[in-house]
Amino acid sequence: MGFARAINPHPLPLLADTRATKPVPAPSSSSLFLGSTRTLRPTQTRSISSPHRRSAASAVAAKVSDVKLKSTTNLLVTKEEGLEVYEDMILGRVFEDMCAQMYYRGKMFGFVHLYNGQEAVSSGFIKLLKKEDSVVSTYRDHVHALSKGVPARAVMSELFGKTTGCCRGQGGSMHMFSAEHNVLGGFAFIGEGIPVATGAAFTSKYKREVLKEADCDHVTLAFFGDGTANNGQFFECLNMAALWKLPIIFVVENNLWAIGMSHLRATSDPEIWKKGPAFGMPGVHVDGMDVLKVREVAKEAIGRARRGEGPTLVECETYRFRGHSLADPDELRDPDEKARYAARDPITQFKKYLIENKLASEAELKAIEKKIDEVVEEAVEFADESPAPSRSQLLENVFADPRGFGIGPDGRYRCEDPKFTEGTAQV
Amino acid sequence: MASIFQGVGAATSLDTKKFQLSSLRSVTGRKASCVVMRSGGAKMDGGSNQISGRADQLVTNAVATKADTPAASTASKPGHELLLFEALREGLEEEMERDARVCVMGEDVGHYGGSYKVTKGLAEKYGDLRVLDTPIAENSFTGMGIGAAMTGLRPIIEGMNMGFLLLAFNQISNNCGMLHYTSGGQFKIPVVIRGPGGVGRQLGAEHSQRLESYFQSIPGIQMVACSTPYNAKGLMKAAIRSDNPVILFEHVLLYNLKERIPDEEYVLNLEEAEMVRPGEHVTILTYSRMRYHVMQAAKTLVNKGYDPEVIDIRSLKPFDLYTIGNSIKKTHRVLIVEECMRTGGIGASLTAAITENFHDYLDAPIMCLSSQDVPTPYAGTLEEWTVVQPPQIVAAVEQLCR
Repeated sequence: MGFARAINPHPLPLLADTRATKPVPAPSSSSLFLGSTRTLRPTQTRSISSPHRRSAASAVAAKVSDVKLKSTTNLLVTKEEGLEVYEDMILGRVFEDMCAQMYYRGKMFGFVHLYNGQEAVSSGFIKLLKKEDSVVSTYRDHVHALSKGVPARAVMSELFGKTTGCCRGQGGSMHMFSAEHNVLGGFAFIGEGIPVATGAAFTSKYKREVLKEADCDHVTLAFFGDGTANNGQFFECLNMAALWKLPIIFVVENNLWAIGMSHLRATSDPEIWKKGPAFGMPGVHVDGMDVLKVREVAKEAIGRARRGEGPTLVECETYRFRGHSLADPDELRDPDEKARYAARDPITQFKKYLIENKLASEAELKAIEKKIDEVVEEAVEFADESPAPSRSQLLENVFADPRGFGIGPDGRYRCEDPKFTEGTAQV
Repeated sequence: MASIFQGVGAATSLDTKKFQLSSLRSVTGRKASCVVMRSGGAKMDGGSNQISGRADQLVTNAVATKADTPAASTASKPGHELLLFEALREGLEEEMERDARVCVMGEDVGHYGGSYKVTKGLAEKYGDLRVLDTPIAENSFTGMGIGAAMTGLRPIIEGMNMGFLLLAFNQISNNCGMLHYTSGGQFKIPVVIRGPGGVGRQLGAEHSQRLESYFQSIPGIQMVACSTPYNAKGLMKAAIRSDNPVILFEHVLLYNLKERIPDEEYVLNLEEAEMVRPGEHVTILTYSRMRYHVMQAAKTLVNKGYDPEVIDIRSLKPFDLYTIGNSIKKTHRVLIVEECMRTGGIGASLTAAITENFHDYLDAPIMCLSSQDVPTPYAGTLEEWTVVQPPQIVAAVEQLCR
């Protein structure tokens, strides 16, 4: 295999660095703790502010013992790449913050799930992709769409339910699709996007082997959360992807919470990366708050997939700074936990890295932030000014071939009825 | 019972139809060598998307009437005889040959050749990737088929038994049906989901399910049911060529029906019903296996002096209200005979649609004969009583025409 199982991954840092043996906390209401009784190994001491990025290769080493931190003089990104990634992360953050504002001002409705805090995963992975590669996400998909290249104005319009949105206003927050940028959704039910991603990877392999497009090496990324990792579709797809060596990477954004359900209370073995080797693919655990580490792991995994070596399961330990959705009061999570992760904000970390390694100046980064502010504001203006869908749009996209509405009593296809285009036809 | 499965009723009725169809078909000199037959006689280019207006005439010519022509027609007619499952395979193979993006996925479709042999020989010919043996994971491989369809392939997903597709309901409802809409028309899902369903020979409750009623509310999908080798092949091809997701319902007991079908390529229309036997007294609407029970009852009815018009609705969603409506306007009496459950079945929907659209033309309330709302029992006698039998159909027509 390309890289071997991570035997000693960085454990889940629910425990503070100094307390080595704190037991897993029991919920206050019940006496019996229904969750994983495995004690988590203490976090190894590592200074996250170290200027020398630990090589993420340590996360995937075959060695049994922990790999020593290597100080490397080679930086992991060039200035260009660094700025690109930084801009993408800032876009994700500013956009989501704007969504919150707009939601509370009554411009968007329904369920809106924000990505604040998880930007390192999206930028770390998606910025390595080509346009032809595909991304499949869940309902927390705004930032995945943005990273993949869908314009901010198209996403914002979609959220406002306008006809200029990427899905003509018909999808909404949880269904971001873009044929141009190969964003295959946007799914409301967890787990249901994973088979779709598996299908996209299957097409890539099919194109190469059956249609003989020899240079087709498109990969697919499937993003989903810790809650999904207990779902049948996840396991079924791990099996099929490994069986047929499909060019797919399963990216688990483990933010420890599925609405109010702690990952530990829902999962018998909370180390999700381990489920990869059980199906015959490498399982990797990576610090999802560190964009460069994510990027290193992503490079390896995407390279594997492109070479036809098969799938990889990557567990990114990350955190969402906001609630599950804008309707979630977020009362169950421990404020200490939130504070700990807020201190590891991926954007702050990366900014520090860029400056300390002289890849960018404070001014350059500020300029990027300003630019993004303008982009997002412009997106809001655009969405505000865009028209809402007219009635004629109601029936248009139900079928790719509208003859599917059938033949009416008068012998004509219903879609030939002029009222069809007005959206008032009886179908 | 056995006579039904030799397709005796069907053979006589269809021989004449095919004879007439081949005379209707003209060589147009187009590149596409096949012609889409519409039962009104109007022709459509099988490859184009043009929506042609329907001929305003009553459907009379695509039909068989009495059993007086078979001898003459079989002698002079071209075509080849085959069984229904072979017809499905032929249609499938022709489409796979025509378009390299067409692929099959399902359990045991490859090396095993399909549990009902519909895909026999295809894996050897096209390879293991194009005829993909999947693990037993309906929800996921159906979703995989949908993802493949979104990214350019045209998969045919086989459920070994229709009932297994209940496990794929999430994908069929949420993704298959709705994705084209929620993506604002950006992605199409040209999948065909097919498999055998219906009550078989003492297969037990879970293997005897009829899922038409469960799927019919899903917006964005089309459902068709085949009943003869001729329409099986035609519908299979039409479903594969359609850009919409289509669920093709086959029936376990009809796979060994034999019929002679044309050698020339043909594609049927997904949205049309099929006139099986024109008549004057009563319209009998049916589909799939019940067509044969109806035709058997029709023989008895004819002897008793009735003249039933039998229509195989074929398209379960959407209904062909034109063919159905024309028939009702003629006969003013409707009997629906289906194998679906009574509650919320296709018959229930059809009754509603007819009442809405053709109420003024009815001389009597619509009668609907469906299967009992009972899990299909194993015992043969009990099983027989759960589905509609010809004597019940005869009795119903007699009552309707009183």
